[in-house]
Amino acid sequence: MNIPNNLKYTKNDEWLKIDGNIGTVGITDYAQNQLSDIVFVEIVVSVGDQVKQGDTCATVESVKAAAEVYLPVSGKVVEINAKLADTPEVINSDPYGAAWMVKVQISNPDEITDLLDDNAYQALLKDKE
Amino acid sequence: MFIPHTDHEQKEMLGVIGIKSLEDLFQVVPPQHRYPQLDLPEPLTEMEVMEEMQNIAWANESNQDLVSFLGAGAYHHYTPPVVDAIIRRGEFATAYTPYQPEISQGTLQAIFDYQSLITSLTGMDVSNASHYDGATATAEAVSMALAHFRGKRSKIILSPALHPQYRQTIRTYNGGADLILAGDEPEANLLAGPETLIPLIDQNTALVIVQYPDFFGRVSDFTALAEATHAAGALLAVSIYPIALGLFKPPAEFGADIVTGEGQPLGIPLSFGGPYLGIFATKKEYVRKMAGRLVGETIDNRGQRAYVLTLTAREQHIRREKATSNICSNQGLMTLASAVYLSLLGKQGLRQVSELCYHKAHYAADQISDLDGFSLWSQAPFFNEFVIQCPKPVSEINSHLLEYGVLGGYDLSQDYPALSNHMLIAVTEMNTREDIDILVQLLEEVANE
Repeated sequence: MNIPNNLKYTKNDEWLKIDGNIGTVGITDYAQNQLSDIVFVEIVVSVGDQVKQGDTCATVESVKAAAEVYLPVSGKVVEINAKLADTPEVINSDPYGAAWMVKVQISNPDEITDLLDDNAYQALLKDKE
Repeated sequence: MFIPHTDHEQKEMLGVIGIKSLEDLFQVVPPQHRYPQLDLPEPLTEMEVMEEMQNIAWANESNQDLVSFLGAGAYHHYTPPVVDAIIRRGEFATAYTPYQPEISQGTLQAIFDYQSLITSLTGMDVSNASHYDGATATAEAVSMALAHFRGKRSKIILSPALHPQYRQTIRTYNGGADLILAGDEPEANLLAGPETLIPLIDQNTALVIVQYPDFFGRVSDFTALAEATHAAGALLAVSIYPIALGLFKPPAEFGADIVTGEGQPLGIPLSFGGPYLGIFATKKEYVRKMAGRLVGETIDNRGQRAYVLTLTAREQHIRREKATSNICSNQGLMTLASAVYLSLLGKQGLRQVSELCYHKAHYAADQISDLDGFSLWSQAPFFNEFVIQCPKPVSEINSHLLEYGVLGGYDLSQDYPALSNHMLIAVTEMNTREDIDILVQLLEEVANE
């Protein structure tokens, strides 16, 4: 299971990459593996939206399940990955790269302390086994 | 036929699960409720039951006994015997939710064929495997529109000429959501065309729903309404009468985003109000918001064409509370009946049926409007139903007609207070010219009484 050490994680299997005050959001390798073949993804926020930690930013559908992607932090949506809808399978093949979903201008950096680092996330996954 | 367990089988099963008697299974029920007094009559023999049921049945009069001019959403069309011969096959009639592709290819193919026929008929891209009836299908269009806008739009515009029971069903079915329903107020102008709904459309409108032909039988041009609906970013749903589509432009051609309707006219008998058939079709871009079962065509691991349920992540057993609807079934046997009917008639046959309905209805309308005391309520073009203003209450007229074995039209005063003494008459291919002439004669009689 790939868990990059330069990212933050949530209990719901989202990852957050922090560049200055911009956070990029996607779902983890564990999540795409659990969902199996992903056939559809819909980003449900728009550029300019004010969003809160825990808001749904996307819906992902695989052949056997449908799942929501929740925002790890609050802020303003500054970019969405519009190409992702045409190639949902990229979530399976490149969950941390081409399958990024939204970028948020982080409004409350304190929220980052709620998140897990790679070791804590790995421990969480071990507990699930 | 119900075959109960024998005493021996019961003892065996009780032994396996380790309890002494059947009564032990009911110990969880509080004693005061465990064995309520049922006061059932003495059991009857099979022959006595048959006689009792027969006596009850003989008290009814049906389309077999009466000449019918009653429509208003369900119509007396011809049911070819072939339909029954196929749907009564045990493989179809008794299978319950047979969707497993490994053993249900026949059923799944039949549903796929039904879906394909509906898209052909309506011009839309995709049809689901059906809903229970036209009313709930139309309510599902409301759910779909609300889901499409993710709750950001809450206004639904209902044409007052949409079937009164469909509008009532929408109010029940979608009553949990915080909706603004507009367009069908009691003071709505019923004689005006669909353009009267245009001023009601705004940025909060999710869906505009019209009926085609409408409840009063009229065929309207929805082009301007469709344009105004789309200009505001809203969706247009059209509830249809499938036989009419044998003659008139399919809704896809004038901008429908969703098409719903009642499939009963397609070879399904009137029965006692059901089972009927809810048609639901939409455009490809909205397919993931569409509820209901959906059969798709694919290839199995041997390279053979096969049918499966598809896009199942839409459905409530996977998406749960985020699904568009809690529907998880379809009217399987009725979709088969309608698919058999449509295949049998084909494009030309369906057109012939609708032409017969159209011409007979127009003959009837001409004859009746010539009578003193009767007049056509609207001059708008119509298919096979029309409204006449009568010299007496419709209930009185219908009593007189019934004495002569004729089932009169629908009494509109029950749904439209402004239309007292107005009757909605339906004519189908099942009405002969003689039938119509008798109706005209009887109406003349009752007017002169």
